Amino acid sequence: MKFFAFILLAMVTGLASAVEPTSSEIPDTLEERVKPCIICHRDADLIDRDAYFPRIAGKPAGYLYNQLRNFRDGRRFYQPMAILLENMSDEYMQEIAVYFASLPYAYPEPVVPALSSAEKESVETLLYSGDPERDLPACSACHGEALLGIQPAIPGLLGLPHAYLAAQFGGWRNGGIMRGQIPDCMSEVAKKMTQEEVNALALWLPGLPVSGQPAGAEALAPELAQRCRTILSVKEASR
Amino acid sequence: MKNSDGARFASKWQIIACVVGGLLFLVHMASAQTPTESDAEQVRRGEYLARAGNCMGCHTARGGEPYAGGRKLNTPFGEFITSNITPDNETGIGRWNSEDFWQALHHGKSKDGRYLYPAFPYTEYTKVTRPDADAIFAYLRSLPPVVQTNPPHKINSPYDNQTLLFLWRKWYFKEGVYQPDKSKSDEWNRGNYLVQGLGHCNACHMPRNVWGASQDDKLSGSKIVGTYWYAPSLISPLEAGVGEWSIEDIVELLSTGINGHAVTSGPMATIVRQSLQYLSVEDMRSIAVYLQSLGEKQDRTQAPRKARKMPEQVRQYLALGEAVYEKHCQDCHGKSGEGVQGIYPPLAGNRNVTMNPPLNTIRSVLYGGYPPATVGNPRPYGMPPYQHFIRDIEIAQVVSYIRNAWGNIGSLVSSEDVDNSRGNEF
Repeated sequence: MKFFAFILLAMVTGLASAVEPTSSEIPDTLEERVKPCIICHRDADLIDRDAYFPRIAGKPAGYLYNQLRNFRDGRRFYQPMAILLENMSDEYMQEIAVYFASLPYAYPEPVVPALSSAEKESVETLLYSGDPERDLPACSACHGEALLGIQPAIPGLLGLPHAYLAAQFGGWRNGGIMRGQIPDCMSEVAKKMTQEEVNALALWLPGLPVSGQPAGAEALAPELAQRCRTILSVKEASR
Repeated sequence: MKNSDGARFASKWQIIACVVGGLLFLVHMASAQTPTESDAEQVRRGEYLARAGNCMGCHTARGGEPYAGGRKLNTPFGEFITSNITPDNETGIGRWNSEDFWQALHHGKSKDGRYLYPAFPYTEYTKVTRPDADAIFAYLRSLPPVVQTNPPHKINSPYDNQTLLFLWRKWYFKEGVYQPDKSKSDEWNRGNYLVQGLGHCNACHMPRNVWGASQDDKLSGSKIVGTYWYAPSLISPLEAGVGEWSIEDIVELLSTGINGHAVTSGPMATIVRQSLQYLSVEDMRSIAVYLQSLGEKQDRTQAPRKARKMPEQVRQYLALGEAVYEKHCQDCHGKSGEGVQGIYPPLAGNRNVTMNPPLNTIRSVLYGGYPPATVGNPRPYGMPPYQHFIRDIEIAQVVSYIRNAWGNIGSLVSSEDVDNSRGNEF
């Protein structure tokens, strides 16, 4: 009798596992859900340093969320992102942004580019002093003393591939990245820089060592906060 | 005696009370049967109907103000820019009345009497009833007016000629509100009304001739004008006909974007997100009943199609595709293309994979994508875009492979087919 019960039990469980699809093997996690993202935004060690795709792990959540919305709603144009996000909700994108923001940094080893001393000096000035005569704020005034960004909406500048930085500067200077966000302070800043400055900066930034600290929370100068208000605001998820 | 008098008195009043009460009840019932819709109710109904017609889908630019227009529609006849239908006096339809709106929706004529281009699907909206049209108009009137001037259409010559448009209408436009088929159920008629009228499914799923007019009244599949997507036949069992599906399966796919054996992608995913997920269970059932009745059943009297013996060259080509599949696809879609129910669609027996043209499958590999985030499936799993990681020839091989593996039968795909599937409407 016990034997029969055992057989019966084995049959029932066997049947149950046969009916139950393999979904138990698919983890109910965000990591599984963002597979389409990480095919490009992989760990730094998997990716060539000059590859186009930027790191997104550890960037401030508000920044990532704003960019997801910008891609989906056509304010920042990049076709593969626009197609991927076409039918996403604000809530889901916010969840994804928080997930990537929480991931540990995996920076590549910096490689110092060969810049002339004049170029180095010009880059250092842009990074930490700016040029008041041209109304150019220091990069660090918005992106933080450590250039690792400021919570919740300003991205860090380190650990990004040269190709990505160069393309973003090109986009801002030609009005190609942010469309419709007026005033857009980064576009305005990039247009005031010379092509030589842009080239040197895009080479220099990937060469800076990264401490691994997350973005700071320091406050922006009121003048900059006003100038960059479209970038700083993080809209509540609603849709 | 007094007591009985009193009782009689009381019962007399009781009777009167009963009669009056009964009359009041009847009056109440009568008024319930012919309701006079309050303004608020009409607006609410209009909002629902505007969802069902997905007016917002075309009349909103990407990331723009809802219903303020400005979206570009590319067609072989030129570039159409959708209009602002918020109640702004200068740039929207603020000066329109319900008669003007009816003229547009039902007759395809603008307020100023000009013929509208059928990029605005009045060829389908003409089936919408007057009370429904009035409700939609009342809803649009209730929106905050948005001041937004949209650029004019850029219509290629000679299509910009109103006389030609007049002739087109004479030839191809059948005006008239939907007439229920008395031999069919109310549910079926409601479904037909929603699919062929407000829902304007025809706009994508019906083949068009060179003049952009529908070739017949059948939803027999078509490449979608101005996009690189194919809207499959809703009749053929080899495409997206649902003649053999259960009502529940049809409702689940159309209201959540995914079910056990299929997933919506491309423009259909957008329709589910913008429109279908908001429809009532009753309306979704009606749509399902109607679509199920359209779908033809597979002819089982004929012997099942058998894969012909493949030449060695083809076998080698497919083997290359299999290698790509094992490397990039197998983890999610399974060793035998079985997929994971409700998460990753099966590829074995998947009609979207085998159907002709192979456009949609190629695009899914190139661009990836997520099913729509809906109330029923708020956190979908997705497909990675492979355009930067697999060469065209490898995409051709892997798509050819999945079209011919696990009992699937489909034509082979070349790298030219892959390249021809590139492009988007953004």
